[in-house]
Amino acid sequence: MKISVTVDGERLGAVAGQTVAGLLMSRGRVSWRTTSRTGRPRGLFCGIGVCFDCLVTVNGLSDVRACQRRVADGDVVETGAVDER
Amino acid sequence: MESSDVVIVGAGIVGAAVARRLALGGFRVTVLDRGASAGGTSSSGEGNLLVSDKGPGAELDLAVLSGRRWAEFAAELPAELGPGFPDIEFEAKGGLVVATTATGADALLAFADTQRSAGVDARPVTAAEAAELEPDLTPRVAAAVFYPDDAQVQPSVATEALLASARRHGARLRQGVTVLGGVVSGGRLVGVDTTAGRFGAEHTVVAAGPWSAEVAGNFGVRLPVLPRRGTVVVTTRMPRRIRHKVYDADYVGAVESELAALQTSSVVESTAAGTVLIGSSRERRGFDERIEAAVVGELAAKALILFPFLADVPVMRAYGGFRPFVPDHLPVIGPDPRLPGLWHATGHEGAGIGLSVGTAELIGALMTGVEPEIPAAPFAVTRESLRKVTTG
Repeated sequence: MKISVTVDGERLGAVAGQTVAGLLMSRGRVSWRTTSRTGRPRGLFCGIGVCFDCLVTVNGLSDVRACQRRVADGDVVETGAVDER
Repeated sequence: MESSDVVIVGAGIVGAAVARRLALGGFRVTVLDRGASAGGTSSSGEGNLLVSDKGPGAELDLAVLSGRRWAEFAAELPAELGPGFPDIEFEAKGGLVVATTATGADALLAFADTQRSAGVDARPVTAAEAAELEPDLTPRVAAAVFYPDDAQVQPSVATEALLASARRHGARLRQGVTVLGGVVSGGRLVGVDTTAGRFGAEHTVVAAGPWSAEVAGNFGVRLPVLPRRGTVVVTTRMPRRIRHKVYDADYVGAVESELAALQTSSVVESTAAGTVLIGSSRERRGFDERIEAAVVGELAAKALILFPFLADVPVMRAYGGFRPFVPDHLPVIGPDPRLPGLWHATGHEGAGIGLSVGTAELIGALMTGVEPEIPAAPFAVTRESLRKVTTG
């Protein structure tokens, strides 16, 4: 089933059951935040919810693991760490 | 057979600091570790360099000596190891101890009095001053004491930095080498047998943290070091809201206790990366590595008393480790007269990161026959308070 998700202000088509990380990577994005001290890129690393490297904000809730959160129709996803925005 | 002047068993922070000190002193040093460097207790804690939890006595003297060495080392290190080496994150951030009850307040202020008489900078602050130091602190402050000299390092990086410096001065490091037993000749320990063969040495230093009793046991020597488990809860990153190390006043009592049962008291601080570390628990139950909900829950509940805003902060993970516990709460540092050639640098419980560099000073002075900067006798394995557990 096709659903619609907003990522950083852009409306994207997504597949129900896809994770946020899956959606981002299907669009060619391999990193979506940077480290706080040295600004190094971070995205999907462990892919199983352990490393907390892939954090995004979903519908205003920060620190959501993109690899664990499945997209729902109408979701608003913001990338970048909270202190980068 | 490989041979050195000194074999050090354990490449944690204590072994690393001792290796550096002895290599600088002209000794040929080999460090052995059955795993990777900083693979045990050194990477399982918070990197504390504390004076706030220590009353007058030998451990405080060692902490003060160590504090001076850390400040020097943090200044020397970048030049010595070059810009490519990661920062050890030395930060003299200060500690704030907070009592939220009247009973706790009396005990805290009395303890700080004894510390001041021993030269510790322990400043009682009002609730308003505490709020200025920590704006997100609970308003329920019955008493608070600020310790400007509490500091921290990133303990894994600090261990690697000490080892790197030791190697620049000729020390060798062998990882993945397990010590199996001692080589004794004429009543003297003259080396160790390992999974990588025999290593001869005039002196063998046990710096194996909570595993030191096992290593010493392999040499036929009883050493009263037991594992005391600790757990730390880690939040996700946030812009810094906690500026110092903040403890509840129960912390000192928990450190000094001898009980085996679970004890928790709050130690809350931010790291350079932006996470918040929530400790600390103490429990003696062998090398049991499970992270239990009961422990994590108690840590979190107590942290919320100090910082109510943490209630809404996501928890990212919990980790744990084992402190090297000695029944009389003092490290064991120096030669072991029961087996000439054997030395100890262990038993620092939760203070080993801080005390490592002072411990190295003591070992260095004793091994070269120089008077140490502080008396070494209180740390001797032959001390009266350990007699029951070191004899027989």
